[in-house]
Amino acid sequence: MPEPVRVLVPTGLGLNCEVETAEAFRRVGAAPDLVHLNDLLDGRAPRKLSAYRILAFVGGFAFGDHLGAGFVFANKIRWRLYDELVAFIGDGGLAIGICNGFQTMVRLGLLPGLDGDYRTPRATLAPNDRLGYRDAWVRLAADPASPCVWTRGIETIELPSRHGEGKLLTAGPEVDARLAEGRLIPVRYVDEAGRPTEEWPANPNGSPGGAAGLCDPSGRLFGLMPHPDAFLYPFQHPDWFRRGSGPGPQEGAGLAIFRNGVAAAAEG
Amino acid sequence: MIHRLEIAVRERYRDPRGEHLAAQVREFLGVPVERIRTRDVYHLKADLAPDELSRVVAELADPVLQEGAIDRLEGGSAAWTIAVALKPGVADPVGKSARVAVEDMLGRRLGEEAAVFTSTLYLLDGVDAAQTRRIAYELLANPVIHDIAVESFAEWSARPPDRSVPEIAGRHRPPVETVALPETDAELERMSRERLLALSRDEMRVVRDHFRAAGDDPRRRRAGLGSSPTDVELECLAQTWSEHCKHKIFNATIRYREGEGEPETIVSLFDSYVRRVTEEIDAELARNGGSWLVSVFHDNAGVVTFDERVHLVYKVETHNSPSALDPYGGAITGIVGVNRDPFGTGRGADLLVNVWGYCFASPFWDRELPEGLLHPKRIRDGVHRGVIDGGNQSGIPYGRGWELFDPRYLGKPLVFCGTVGALPVEIDGSPGERKRARPGDAVVMVGGRIGADGIHGATFSSAALDESSPSQAVQIGDPITQKMMFDFLLEAREGGLYDAITDNGAGGLSSSVGEMAESCGGARIDLARAPLKYAGLAPWEIFLSEAQERMTLAVPPEKLDLFLELAGRREVEATVLGEFTSDGYLEVLYDEETVGLLPMEFLHHGVPEMRLEARFDPPRFAEPAMRPERRCGRTLLDMMGRLNLASGERKARHYDHEVKGLTVVKPLVGVARDVPAEATVFLARHGSPRGLVLSEGVNPYLSDLDGDAMAATAVDEAVRRQLCAGARLDRIAALDNFCWPDPVQSAATPDGELKLAQLVRACRGLYRVCRAYGVPLISGKDSMKNDSLLGGVKISVPPTLLVSALGQIDDVQRAVTLEPKRAGDLVYLVGTTGEHTGGSEYFRYLGDREGLAGEPGGPPPYVGRRPPEVDVQAFLPLYRAVHDAIGAGLVRSAATPGKGGLAAALARCVLAGGLGMELDLSEAPGVLGLATDVALFSESNGRFVLTVEPDAAPELERRLGGRPFRRAGAVTEEPWLRVHRAGERVLDVGVEELRARFHEGLAHA
Repeated sequence: MPEPVRVLVPTGLGLNCEVETAEAFRRVGAAPDLVHLNDLLDGRAPRKLSAYRILAFVGGFAFGDHLGAGFVFANKIRWRLYDELVAFIGDGGLAIGICNGFQTMVRLGLLPGLDGDYRTPRATLAPNDRLGYRDAWVRLAADPASPCVWTRGIETIELPSRHGEGKLLTAGPEVDARLAEGRLIPVRYVDEAGRPTEEWPANPNGSPGGAAGLCDPSGRLFGLMPHPDAFLYPFQHPDWFRRGSGPGPQEGAGLAIFRNGVAAAAEG
Repeated sequence: MIHRLEIAVRERYRDPRGEHLAAQVREFLGVPVERIRTRDVYHLKADLAPDELSRVVAELADPVLQEGAIDRLEGGSAAWTIAVALKPGVADPVGKSARVAVEDMLGRRLGEEAAVFTSTLYLLDGVDAAQTRRIAYELLANPVIHDIAVESFAEWSARPPDRSVPEIAGRHRPPVETVALPETDAELERMSRERLLALSRDEMRVVRDHFRAAGDDPRRRRAGLGSSPTDVELECLAQTWSEHCKHKIFNATIRYREGEGEPETIVSLFDSYVRRVTEEIDAELARNGGSWLVSVFHDNAGVVTFDERVHLVYKVETHNSPSALDPYGGAITGIVGVNRDPFGTGRGADLLVNVWGYCFASPFWDRELPEGLLHPKRIRDGVHRGVIDGGNQSGIPYGRGWELFDPRYLGKPLVFCGTVGALPVEIDGSPGERKRARPGDAVVMVGGRIGADGIHGATFSSAALDESSPSQAVQIGDPITQKMMFDFLLEAREGGLYDAITDNGAGGLSSSVGEMAESCGGARIDLARAPLKYAGLAPWEIFLSEAQERMTLAVPPEKLDLFLELAGRREVEATVLGEFTSDGYLEVLYDEETVGLLPMEFLHHGVPEMRLEARFDPPRFAEPAMRPERRCGRTLLDMMGRLNLASGERKARHYDHEVKGLTVVKPLVGVARDVPAEATVFLARHGSPRGLVLSEGVNPYLSDLDGDAMAATAVDEAVRRQLCAGARLDRIAALDNFCWPDPVQSAATPDGELKLAQLVRACRGLYRVCRAYGVPLISGKDSMKNDSLLGGVKISVPPTLLVSALGQIDDVQRAVTLEPKRAGDLVYLVGTTGEHTGGSEYFRYLGDREGLAGEPGGPPPYVGRRPPEVDVQAFLPLYRAVHDAIGAGLVRSAATPGKGGLAAALARCVLAGGLGMELDLSEAPGVLGLATDVALFSESNGRFVLTVEPDAAPELERRLGGRPFRRAGAVTEEPWLRVHRAGERVLDVGVEELRARFHEGLAHA
């Protein structure tokens, strides 16, 4: 029995999806630790970041998303944990950012992380075209050619989208080109027919090309707006109670993403 | 030194905030504004070096989306500008976060005096001065909390940038005042009025006489206090004795009579009905193998058994008056406020699910608006935004959400907010519900700082809304400060670092410390130690302030250091104010000088009992001149588009309902996920299949006819919805929230005796049905002064009782939803339809259709005569049968008729299923002899619409044997609702046409 993969889940300061995110990792055989960000910053945490294989930036409203989603939280890390973080990535650590966590990773420059530069923000998650937070399920299609290790083997997946700032904009055409050529947009919002869409509500925020997430060129850092952490059980799907008789799936589809990440981390 | 910064979205990107506002301006104000752009403005009160300042600007602006500048951004142009800033003293959470960010960027603390103030600048094109003012005052800002500046862009850019900050100048602390209580009743009443004490003449007398006698109390003498109260003491008593806190009407002795009948005396409605029903059920459960009630009535929320790990905690509150003055602030304070109730229950519950429900006047209100009232659309939008932000930012999903509309909510909206929590069965080795402050424990206040906000909130909510309503009663909740406090307290709870906890709500420290001190017999606190937002608060203000996000704890001396050290690491302020004692006094000091000394006994039990008169003469109302319609398709389409039946999805989608990953049956269900679930289902924790089930019943329209019918119907509807979802019939608990107009007979309230009679009857109906169904009332609240006198017009809410049910289901996978699942399934109409059109949505519709307007502040034009009844003897066996059938997995879908009757229920079914139904009504129980429109729209209780697989039909019929039911038809593939009666098609409506009307109703609200 190999050591379970250690996952660090920073908490506190207004984050609020730590419990379900940790539960997701636990369900796929990993060993998550919930650690208050302040303890991490003050070096009071039982383990250092380097002791982990996966870092999970969870969803929530760090500081209420005042001054822009994820900003104040990202800022704490930028000024107090950046070197440790970049070293963690250098050692092949994996990271996932969900919703607010994705916004934080983008704000920090961890994503898209072009040319090994994890410090320069090259994108942002702007307010939804239709202003305001919205909670509704969306369908995502994964790009099989993307280097993203977290979406391996996934074709389409339905997840709840729950945000007010999810429109993925980049610093400009050259960045767009790099994302396209590197296949760094692993998941896109798709319509009924399975085509990437910019149409509301299938695309909740107007993200160009239906972009719902980003990964870095290594494919080990991944962020997305929708919430795999809110689809752990099959009966959480809105249509589950209409499935009629028959057993139906045994687990929530969201777990596949976590299982991929943990498997990749285990491979080293 | 004050620095001004501007941040804005770069010109080449869209500014959704501006676009959204522009759309509202066009739709709501009908002003053809061309374009609105917005800027965030920060005023930094701090000494920053030039390089530091430019770094802050660079960091604050999003590197891709935004640009920032010191003082003002270059360029930009517009016709007009509106600057909206918060008034001094109004909470500014964004500014708070900005301060944290700046300190992190600069890597240094900014010091006590430093602060960041945020405001917003709007740049408008295509409007003139007058239109700009309308936009500012009628849509954008609220003078109660905002400072508003309207200028032409030319003026604005010509003058130097505004560097003023909304600081409260540190006043010199007003001294403690000794208040000589006057002789005459008239003077006493005037003093009560002028000081906003909201105490009656009798209460003022008792207070005066107490202090006269207390003058000889040596303890009082030693403290240097005499035979008159200090303002601290007087305000504290007014607070503790307020209707809001003491529920004087519910505890009054009432002489009740019906017509000329024999008067009877009721000593305390609360004891006679509410407490009694729960105690009787508790005793009965105890006799039959054990009660599942853990803690009721005495704590901040009710507690019931759930599983071996956690109990469930539930509390629903209202925040009506503040929401009338400042809808956003009032509502967000309502939701984050009620979060503190379960959190302050036992030694602290984890928060699971929020619920909300609102009663408004129509957002399309186009008649005259009394001076001083906000338009119902503004109130509705603001209330939704407030509860959306409060719930989402706290990371708590919502489980139930509903809205009802009636012109009588124009004066005061009703804003119900509730929270379910999970209390660990055991905390640090002892029962989680146990809380006891011990003498010697430190009194510790945790969380936000104290300002003038919310002073007199409790007394204010115990009075009608009028010109004297204090604007400082307005607070703006700050979910993040509270979230950080909760996260810290949960750690402290796990570490067993405190003995007791309660929240600072109405009355602030005066009630939180006062309440906790009851368990040990006293407390001594020094108000000078309390952390303030700004200097200059009088001691009584500190004591009473309702500044939000604060909990009060009893921390044992040996654990105090650990507790304070952890608080520091979590960036949560925790302050020792004093200690709990056992000397029978609540002693209040300021800077070590005693400014208040109140015997606990007098504080909590000294309030004189009210004696009230109630008289019920059954009101008579006209029936509509109703032509029985035989074909009702049009009517159904119209009905489904009415505000009370239309889809609320547009607003509801903005509330998170899935954070925490425990949501199972969601608030909106069906193929289009737009139909309200009969009840919602949530896991209480990960890894266990047991679930909690949420539903409610509320029907204020029935109180025009009879409070008893209103209350009975509310309980029955809540229970039926539980059954539909598959909840256990033997594990349903309920909360009662009464929102009444002032029921005390007076010059201002000539119909007080009737309103009080309606209250008596509501309590009786509540008792009768809860008792029969075995549904204990584990918690509740009353709000008894929901009247508005603004603009010289009195508008009173209709007596409104909300019954919120908390049920349980052993395996969430066995839950049932309302939508038919498959064509070919059989449709059963269960329960008897009768002529119960009194207070029905259908009669209100007929009035509207005939273009009739009721009396201003009065009931709708058509109320009718016969409200729905609850025949518990007939209903209970039927409910048991339905419960068992659903439990046995025989039922594919279950719905229950409510407002809009059977027809509306069928409509919801086909809308949710995306399938059709073909039914014959002729033989449905009770229908024979009813006019067809009555059969379809009557709101009789005790009914269900069930669909089952054909194979399961015989077993279902066996189980329903002897009960009123009829197999009425089948689910059809074609999305069409067809109902026949005696060979005639009485309903013939396409599902998509229904859906269009269903969404149209609130689409432009």
